[in-house]
Amino acid sequence: MMERSRRSFLKIAGLSAIALGSQPVLRALATSSEHVGVAAPQMLANKNALTAKRWGMVVDTRKIHSAHDLVPMIKACDTLHNIPTLLQDKNHEIKWIWGEDFEHSFPFMADAFMNEHAEETTYPVLCNHCKNPPCVRACPTQATFQRPDGIVMMDYHRCIGCRFCMAACPFGARSFNFRDPRPFIPVLSLDYPTRCKGVVEKCNFCAERLAVGKMPACVEASNGILTFGDLEDPNSNVRALLKSDFTIRRKESLGTEPSIYYIV
Amino acid sequence: MPSKRKLYNKGLILAGLAVFLVAATSPFWDNFGKAAPGPDPVLSAKAKAAKTCVRSKAYMLANHMQLLNEWRNAVVRDGKRIYVAPDGKRYTMSLSNTCLGCHNNKAEFCDRCHNYASVRPYCWDCHIDKPKES
Repeated sequence: MMERSRRSFLKIAGLSAIALGSQPVLRALATSSEHVGVAAPQMLANKNALTAKRWGMVVDTRKIHSAHDLVPMIKACDTLHNIPTLLQDKNHEIKWIWGEDFEHSFPFMADAFMNEHAEETTYPVLCNHCKNPPCVRACPTQATFQRPDGIVMMDYHRCIGCRFCMAACPFGARSFNFRDPRPFIPVLSLDYPTRCKGVVEKCNFCAERLAVGKMPACVEASNGILTFGDLEDPNSNVRALLKSDFTIRRKESLGTEPSIYYIV
Repeated sequence: MPSKRKLYNKGLILAGLAVFLVAATSPFWDNFGKAAPGPDPVLSAKAKAAKTCVRSKAYMLANHMQLLNEWRNAVVRDGKRIYVAPDGKRYTMSLSNTCLGCHNNKAEFCDRCHNYASVRPYCWDCHIDKPKES
């Protein structure tokens, strides 16, 4: 028999161990490359989707004659988004869009003597989809985030219900689900999910409707009070209104840059 | 020489031990020889008619939860709502409307396996489990 040194024996033993041990790894690599051969699934946006650089809204309050004029838009939103409107306790109320008087809509602007129409109108208020949203900065889980088109969205799957965003929002546009909202929804809209107990919710500028080429529900139902469009496009409908009419924004001095303008 | 040790109350202790052993192992004896039946999800007529899911059956069986996570992220985060399956078919990424639109029998389809595996996904806390009849 051939003489072998301990050194050469160990070398051969080591190499064989590597060869044997690597077999499962090589096999796994081979099968995974087979999988790559199959066409990978793709995820696409709808071709009809409405897009913008920054969505915004202009509210023409001259067209609001009474609080009754706001009912259709609020109702359209409530039914579409499964808002639990049957909740009796004011502290548990869930609001996406609602009516507010001048003093509470524009608290820094209320004066002792005011234009009668401005003072008496009920203003539709909703999430302002701020350019500089404090709620997004406050959210510890990035459940609230800003989309490239300016919409401040919520991922309810990620919301842990800490309510920092509610403390951060200067507009009270966010509501917390203290209870399971399901029993308090008058008619369930089957196209849209409900929320569950323990998450915060708010207006999403009807992102689900924009994605299929439809205008937000409130805008459609508003009878011309609300105009929705791209704030960054100088030729858009909202920019035309902003050019022709004097507008104000809610609590502008806080620097959150709301995307909702009011013609007063 | 080992010292002589005495077990006091021998009868009681041995009887107690025997009772304990029988009680502790009783679940095993109870199910002895009886294999628990596996879950038996039922395909709805609509799902049968469609013949194919968004991915292969094996993939869906093992990975539907990952797929749903990917769908959720695509829809909520990236605003992408159309799924082009490997076979080129297009689907709207929606649990309530697309998945349950076909599998319109959650109790016999989703729940059977979930109950068997004792998993309690909280999808249905928000997503409505009775899609439109169409």
